[in-house]
Amino acid sequence: MSIVEFKKVTKRFGALLVLDQIDLSIEAGEVVVVIGPSGSGKSTLLRCINALELIDGGNLIVDGISVRAGGSKVRLIRQEAGMVFQQFNLFPQMTALQNVAFGPQRVRGLSRREARRQAREMLAKVGLADRVDHYPGELSGGQQQRVAIARALAVKPKLMLFDEPTSALDPELRHEVLRVMQALAEEGMTMIVVTHEIAFARKVGTRLVFMEDGKIAVDGSPSDLLDSPDNVRLQEFLQHVA
Amino acid sequence: MEFEWTVVVDALPALLKGARLTILIALAGLTGGLVVGFVSGLMRAYGNAAVNGLAFTYIELIRGTPIVVQVMFIYFALPTLADIRVDPLTAAIIAIVVNAGAYIAEIVRGAFLSVHKGLREAGLALGLPVWKVLVYIIGPVAFRRMIPPLGNQFIVSLKDTSLFIVIGVGELTRQGQEIMAANFRAVEIWSAVAILYLVMTGTLTLILRVTEKRMRIL
Repeated sequence: MSIVEFKKVTKRFGALLVLDQIDLSIEAGEVVVVIGPSGSGKSTLLRCINALELIDGGNLIVDGISVRAGGSKVRLIRQEAGMVFQQFNLFPQMTALQNVAFGPQRVRGLSRREARRQAREMLAKVGLADRVDHYPGELSGGQQQRVAIARALAVKPKLMLFDEPTSALDPELRHEVLRVMQALAEEGMTMIVVTHEIAFARKVGTRLVFMEDGKIAVDGSPSDLLDSPDNVRLQEFLQHVA
Repeated sequence: MEFEWTVVVDALPALLKGARLTILIALAGLTGGLVVGFVSGLMRAYGNAAVNGLAFTYIELIRGTPIVVQVMFIYFALPTLADIRVDPLTAAIIAIVVNAGAYIAEIVRGAFLSVHKGLREAGLALGLPVWKVLVYIIGPVAFRRMIPPLGNQFIVSLKDTSLFIVIGVGELTRQGQEIMAANFRAVEIWSAVAILYLVMTGTLTLILRVTEKRMRIL
């Protein structure tokens, strides 16, 4: 069974059709990189998976649960689908450690002590063992994003969603975030990544999805698509971002 | 004229008694006002149309009428209207609760809504129910932003207690008025009254400043 399955999913913002009858199945272990021009619906596609956006038509099954199942069921989906945001969205009143320990304690019901122990582990994993007691405001963008990744991982999700994780970062800080993401992919984490990092798609992605006007225009192996794109719009898009 | 210190010294016990009552009314009233304000502010910010409308009506009714009229209504109109009789002190406390509650509601609403929506999404994305997101994530950030405007409201409400002279509560201003009526030493008495108010609001400002310093404003 697919871990994520879109069945004719439609999403509108008012009169604007953002997702147009999307069909897409993602299996456990895949690293799906979603690219496309802005406004093509790629972020919305991602945000529908953990029900931050509600779908208007069709159905979307995540880890066996429909995003339309409502309240407590949707929370189960969210616990299994960790999310990393473009703007990090760290909790500013908490230190890095408190940010990461928060999910295990308040969502998974771990003791404070155990949650903190795991949080230290997670922060060490993203290379921030020496920053545990810093507040988000005291960290660089790249460090904040790595804390955000650790925070999402700490809840032990089956699937990770990345919404343009490097777009708000200076170029020289991007690689540290991408390296963490690559390590995660190599561990076998199922990942769906909305990004403009074509090099990352080629190196880490197992599948590339190119979106345009609310539809999936191209879906296939990253190396094939990037080396010899036969879709004209994908060719144009790659020329613009490269 | 001579400033007679003995007048102040003689009046001090009665004035301090009045100040104690002022503090009691302000403290009890603001505690209740905070509860009412949080509830109606959250109703305004997150409630459905009916709940929101209810809170909105309350806030507009109170903000649109003077506090003196409100306390007169509670003390003089309620007994004839609904056969609810309260003593002056209770009427004074209720007036502060109801009045401060309406202003605090708008402070609470504004502070909660000013928190970046990304924080709410980050909390929800972890799998938390909305109420936990409000309590653990949005609330603490919003609370820090509330401190300066709350401080304002506390000071305003504390001084508003002087208006309860109209229903005969023996608070500080009333005490001053009574002593003055007996000895006609306006300069000494009103100076002493003013300084006692300054001491109270000054202490409040100090407490708020310390609180603000101990919490990083986010």
